[in-house]
Amino acid sequence: MLDLDVIWRNLPFLMIQGFLGFGNFVGGTLRLAIPSIALGFVLGIFIGIGRLAPQWWIHVPATIYVEFFRGVPLVMVIFWMWFIMPIVLRTAIPEFAVALSAFVIFEAAYLGEIVRAGIQSVPRGQVEAARALGLSGSQVMRFIVLPQALKNMIPSLVTQFIVLFKDTSLASIIGFMDLTKAAQVVNNREIRPFSLYLFIAVVYWVCTYSMSRYARSLEKRLSPA
Amino acid sequence: MAYKFDWSVLWRGASAEWLLSGLAVTLELSALAWILAVALGIVSGAVRTVRFRPLRAAATFYVEFFRNVPLLVWMFFWYFAVPPLLPTPVQDFLFAHSLEFWAAVCALGVYSGARFSEVLRSGIQSIPRTQFEASVASGLTTFQAYRYVILPVALRLIIPPATNESLNLLKNSSVALTISVAELTFQTRQIETYTAKAFEALTAGTLIYLVLCTSLSAMMGWVERRTAIPGLITARRRR
Repeated sequence: MLDLDVIWRNLPFLMIQGFLGFGNFVGGTLRLAIPSIALGFVLGIFIGIGRLAPQWWIHVPATIYVEFFRGVPLVMVIFWMWFIMPIVLRTAIPEFAVALSAFVIFEAAYLGEIVRAGIQSVPRGQVEAARALGLSGSQVMRFIVLPQALKNMIPSLVTQFIVLFKDTSLASIIGFMDLTKAAQVVNNREIRPFSLYLFIAVVYWVCTYSMSRYARSLEKRLSPA
Repeated sequence: MAYKFDWSVLWRGASAEWLLSGLAVTLELSALAWILAVALGIVSGAVRTVRFRPLRAAATFYVEFFRNVPLLVWMFFWYFAVPPLLPTPVQDFLFAHSLEFWAAVCALGVYSGARFSEVLRSGIQSIPRTQFEASVASGLTTFQAYRYVILPVALRLIIPPATNESLNLLKNSSVALTISVAELTFQTRQIETYTAKAFEALTAGTLIYLVLCTSLSAMMGWVERRTAIPGLITARRRR
């Protein structure tokens, strides 16, 4: 039932090509997950600040953005990018760019909510004190609010990274060679579904579980005493 | 832009039929998986708060293992890896009765069950321990205390996060297309394949998901107000 030999034989392909993303194919779970969270967070900051903006022409679109992407499955967003990007840009788009843009756009909605909650957790008096000292609105955001908000956001950010990390497996449906796709490819040749899928389940589990333990310890350490 | 819009592809030919059948499969899959998930979630969530260690450890293992692995991997696991382990008559029966659908129900139900479990556990832990102690002191067994005192309160407390999880379940059902369950996203792609009108097909699918999610969350908001426990702050808080 459990065939360890098949895993051992294909370990380099699964881990180096599938998990890390170095090899003959465009792929890699980590290679997709890390830029996705970084870029998604940058976009998420704008969306989170936008949702709190007093001007209606900023906060209404930001709210629609968040509500829209939270009501749509990620698979749908990936297909949107896959079919629409080549039409709009009028050129073939590599899978990596498609997957990356889908994840960035989708995750930015969730990260925007985290940013918003983080900003709202900063006491109002901080903003007032900074304004009273003569800082401009954007200076208050950059030097006073965001640094404190960021600290409060860290545990939720790690949690969101875990979600994103698991979601990158969906990039395999457009042919991106991540860990899941690598297992699929190996399984097509070896036909050992139980061993292979259980193995990648364990790989995913080790990564996500250790990150969630880390998030929990961060939460304890960073929570105000 | 060179792209020519042609919205009539959505009602010409079999498209409308495909969309409706896809919607029906999505709802059926989500409903069955939801029942499985809630049952698993209640049992494992409650068990994680009892004092008996082996039971608690088993429930913790279930939650931590199934929650932390991507749903897609579980789809493949239930679809490709589990059936060969079953006895031959069962296999034959499943192959004749849409194996992919039941694999998707299991994958989605067991995965979401682990997530529901966490929601319920936090609900139970927000109830003061004295409630449990008082009910045991009044002569209830542990099971009765959970059945009549703890769970009725906890289930009402967790409606907002449970709604979120239910919406996640509905959206996650789209992952079933990877094991060729003919649900909504699958049918959306099929329309795209037949008509080469990606924009129209995806718009239709996306709108259906948006309507489903919005109406479900409105409905749960109503349930939340109906079942709110008077006097608690959570009674009036909305997401």
